[in-house]
Amino acid sequence: MARAVTTRRKAVVTACAWAIGLTIFFPILWTVLTSFKTEAQAIADPPTLLFFQWTTENYSEVLERSNYFRHFANSVIISVGSTILGLIIAIPAAWSMAFVPAKRTKDVLMWMLSTKMLPPVGVLIPIYLIFRDTGLLDSRIGLVVVMTLINLPIIVWMLFTYFKEIPGEILEAARMDGATLWSEILYVLTPMAVPGIASTMLLNIILAWNEAFWTLNLTTTNAAPLTAFIASYSSPEGLFYAKLSAASAMAIAPILIMGWFSQKQLVRGLTFGAVK
Amino acid sequence: MATAHSRTAARLMISPAVLLLLAWMIVPLSMTIYFSFLSYNLLSPGTEEFIGLLNYEYFLTDPAFFAALGNTLLLVGGVLVITTVGGVLLALLLDQPMWGQGIVRILVIAPFFVMPTVSALVWKNMFMNPVSGLFAYGASAIGIEPFDFLAHAPLFSIIVIVAWQWLPFATLILLTALQSLDSEQLEAAEMDGASKISRFFYMVVPHLSRAVTVVILIQTIFLLSVFAEILVTTNGGPGTASTNITFLVYAQSLLQFDVGGGSAGGIVAVILANIVAIFLLRMIGKNLEA
Repeated sequence: MARAVTTRRKAVVTACAWAIGLTIFFPILWTVLTSFKTEAQAIADPPTLLFFQWTTENYSEVLERSNYFRHFANSVIISVGSTILGLIIAIPAAWSMAFVPAKRTKDVLMWMLSTKMLPPVGVLIPIYLIFRDTGLLDSRIGLVVVMTLINLPIIVWMLFTYFKEIPGEILEAARMDGATLWSEILYVLTPMAVPGIASTMLLNIILAWNEAFWTLNLTTTNAAPLTAFIASYSSPEGLFYAKLSAASAMAIAPILIMGWFSQKQLVRGLTFGAVK
Repeated sequence: MATAHSRTAARLMISPAVLLLLAWMIVPLSMTIYFSFLSYNLLSPGTEEFIGLLNYEYFLTDPAFFAALGNTLLLVGGVLVITTVGGVLLALLLDQPMWGQGIVRILVIAPFFVMPTVSALVWKNMFMNPVSGLFAYGASAIGIEPFDFLAHAPLFSIIVIVAWQWLPFATLILLTALQSLDSEQLEAAEMDGASKISRFFYMVVPHLSRAVTVVILIQTIFLLSVFAEILVTTNGGPGTASTNITFLVYAQSLLQFDVGGGSAGGIVAVILANIVAIFLLRMIGKNLEA
């Protein structure tokens, strides 16, 4: 039974919501607009919102002058690599906790979660020194490993909450029919688990892409992902608004698009299943 | 039921994840604890010696520590107040029938996906810059002196930036919680003559309070470790005006190369985070049983 809503009320709500939504979104919009201006227009007084000479020269200049593609590739390698590695480790763990729960399963899950709450500065120095001594500083492999470990608890948890929803009877039926453990996983569980795995993957790529504590502290140039590359614009000589905007727009665009697709999963993943 | 065979297999399947996390937690953390008892500076290697609790004494009596502790509390508290109050209001608004709800949702959630270094730089240069930022134009347009936000109100500015990043998170979670409220129950209450106000306070508020708690606890965990926003905008300054505990430990260990002192600070940060974590874990654990 839908409740009747007056059109006027709906119009007022719509106007308020759009005004607030646009205000919150404005910094991103402004960044994108500025990225299409010339440097002079970017700091023009008064600022222009739409009526300026649109140009894409900032984009080509950023692409030309900085090693943008290298940093972009680093971001992709680190976020996707760590997510895949994390999934390889987490899928068996989450599977067994969801379908063969032991007495201590809950404790193990809670403990895994607690590792996520360890503040990074608590382990910054040892990791930095270990990396320095093993030559992992400023290396993609090193960052993939750190990012995998950081996000592993979230991956296990998200997969666990998804696997929990798969009816266990199906597995037992398969077992009765003589399916082995591995064929059970391959033919019965996998097809049902793919959506959950995909969501987990998406959220973790987003988290790893935007991670800015370890990436800033453990990289300099070679393995620096986009987070560190953008941070290099904070030096005084880098104050070119239009180019900064172009670089920023390119750094956030892929994840913004992925993020919009994964709103629901985000809630589930970031609240560890506490809010669905 | 699970056979002994499948139980062994299950244990084998859990062990890589458990062992890796165990190593990730124990090895570096015990190294930090060990370093925190040493006089250890990276600039003078080979001169490490055991000095007991001296690092803690220095760290905990350093005026910078109190400044950083205060700043951390203000930063976490300020952002929490803005995001939870704003998030509840926004979620209630977005839950109303309207045109283009999906698009508004997308606009509101967007800042959460912007990497911290980008949002910090955009706010710092394009909005808060006292000469060419948008706020400065706005100020001069209405005839008041532009305000140098990051120089004169650095912590406040960082609170604004971080709140902008986290408001979407709070809104999204609270909106999800709101939408999971059983509408049939609400309608039944309405039929039984419950007024709008009592429906709100006896049905919506209790339902939301759990989600609010989750939002507060999770954000606290992340907000205690705010780092990139400070590094990019103010570098902790002027002085220690915008240094939080995380940044102080970073500065002490990687800028001043004082491994011992930095480690002691790191352990202090771990203890602070643990206090929050205990509450959060208890809450999520309860949910796991339900």
